[in-house]
Amino acid sequence: MLDQFLYGIEAAMNGLMTGIMYSLVALGFVLIFKASGVFNYAQGVMALFGAMTLVSIQKGQIPFYHLINATFGTDIKYFGWEVPALLAILLTVCVMILFAWLVERLLLKFLINQDPVILFMATIGLAYFMEGFGDLMWGSDLKVIDMAMPALGIPGLPQGGSLFIENATSGLGTDRFFGFFIDKLDITAAIIATMLVVVLTVFSQYSKTGRALRAVADDHQAAMSVGISLRTIWVIVWSIAGVVALVAGIMWGAKSGVQFSLSLITLKALPVLMLGGFTSIPGAIIGGMIIGVGEKVFEFIVSSSWFGDAMGFTMNATENWFAYVLALIFLVFRPQGLFGEKIIERV
Amino acid sequence: MKDSKDSYVTEDGRTIGPPMLEMKNISLRFGGVTAIKDITFDIREGEIRAIIGPNGAGKSSMLNVINGFYHPQEGEIFFHGEKRKPMKPYQIAHQGIARTFQNIALFKGMSTLDNIMTGRLTHMKTNLFWQAIWKGPAEREEVENREVVEKVIDFLEIQAIRKTPVGALPYGLQKRVELGRALAAQPKLLLLDEPMAGMNVEEKEDMSRFILDVNDEFGTTIALIEHDMGVVMDISDRVVVMDYGAKIGDGTPDEVRNDQAVIDAYLGVAND
Repeated sequence: MLDQFLYGIEAAMNGLMTGIMYSLVALGFVLIFKASGVFNYAQGVMALFGAMTLVSIQKGQIPFYHLINATFGTDIKYFGWEVPALLAILLTVCVMILFAWLVERLLLKFLINQDPVILFMATIGLAYFMEGFGDLMWGSDLKVIDMAMPALGIPGLPQGGSLFIENATSGLGTDRFFGFFIDKLDITAAIIATMLVVVLTVFSQYSKTGRALRAVADDHQAAMSVGISLRTIWVIVWSIAGVVALVAGIMWGAKSGVQFSLSLITLKALPVLMLGGFTSIPGAIIGGMIIGVGEKVFEFIVSSSWFGDAMGFTMNATENWFAYVLALIFLVFRPQGLFGEKIIERV
Repeated sequence: MKDSKDSYVTEDGRTIGPPMLEMKNISLRFGGVTAIKDITFDIREGEIRAIIGPNGAGKSSMLNVINGFYHPQEGEIFFHGEKRKPMKPYQIAHQGIARTFQNIALFKGMSTLDNIMTGRLTHMKTNLFWQAIWKGPAEREEVENREVVEKVIDFLEIQAIRKTPVGALPYGLQKRVELGRALAAQPKLLLLDEPMAGMNVEEKEDMSRFILDVNDEFGTTIALIEHDMGVVMDISDRVVVMDYGAKIGDGTPDEVRNDQAVIDAYLGVAND
């Protein structure tokens, strides 16, 4: 029984790591939702677009090469140089900031004072546009993320299980336990996500711009009256969300390759937000962890042989639906989420 | 005397300067509804100027025009003698015009201190880069502005609630915090939209005292909308009276009180 218990813990730990990856996506949603009341459906596509741009810049790919080839009958794809990872990241961040600026200029500016649902529809449009635009710009082939930075002595994002943890915990308590298997990439992602959250929290609590961000989140009119330019703040928020999306894109892209289905992580972030609340950054983190741990542990229990012995049946692939069922339950009993602001209408 | 462009001294010894803000032939329409009809008036440096009138007279619209939330279809606005281009509210805030709202518009999730600190945003200049680094200019600036905010907190006697989220405060205190946020900007012109609405007598007395002190100690020019006639007549130097979007009276409290058009608007006219 002890080995089963330890494997259960392993499942929980893996869930925790995956959960933090979910939080990374949810975080981008929360930032934009707080500052502009918009549920940004395009967040997942932004992650995809960020990761695509990064890989393509690294490989020195020519933007719109398909279009150029089709129009001029040429056959080009690469500039012929490779950009170091660090520089490519910086360039991609610049692209995401430019993108944020364009979104404000071409979209949000015209939708000030509109209903949230109209803004939501606009972001759906934006998501589909970016999906096509990203394909047109960089091609729709599967791209592999390579984060090797020889200058800093980083060989790339770590892959596979951590042997150190596995060896250290092997044979723990019983001979039938072979150590915890924890993905090194997940550990890296967890550390980066934690750092990101700490930086964002400190920034929003203790800096002038952070204060302005919170002010805009609370009351647009009052924010304008104290001298805050809404449009500047929106560009800043969308830039930050773009950078968070880029980080999520890199991590998820390293897991499953940079291709279209990356944009569907949006759907995984939804239950996280319903659990944690749309307006809380810590909520996004903890919501992600609960869903990550919950789905892994639930799967572990209902697919185990002793569960089968006791109940007469086992279940598999519960990870596909567990998060959504949990979110549904939350919607019924606690619609504002664990940490969201309670909606009280005064009459 | 009061119509000339020169300074004069009031009975209680305050100096009222030349006009700071001049509104000339302002008209504001929403579709077919005329909110403000061809109104001209000025606000002089150092005075307390009240705007009164029945509900729906267009008083709040007038403040929104001054503050840049609305842009009038007709008319000109002069600020310190210079014609003002149509500007965004945040740009007007940077010019030194601060305001409070009829329905309190505070940042409810933030503490009293943070709320009042947002009032200092127009005085804080460090860019994102220094803010991210935090040490150096950003920290120094934060400390300097925090001192101003602490003075405002002392002045308004709200030391006890500085860390409380404002959403949890009673109504009267929220109004005071909102005033604090506007004061922290050290504005040249302070716009108060019904600063005493919904207050009890004691709270009203406190608020009147704060308004008079702000005017007296910092020389801040104040324009306020208020329904309590006793308060208005007590604290203001001059009063504009509006009804159905038009100006029906303008002058000292005494002049306005005895104006037949004003009395008619407030008490109704017999149609015979």
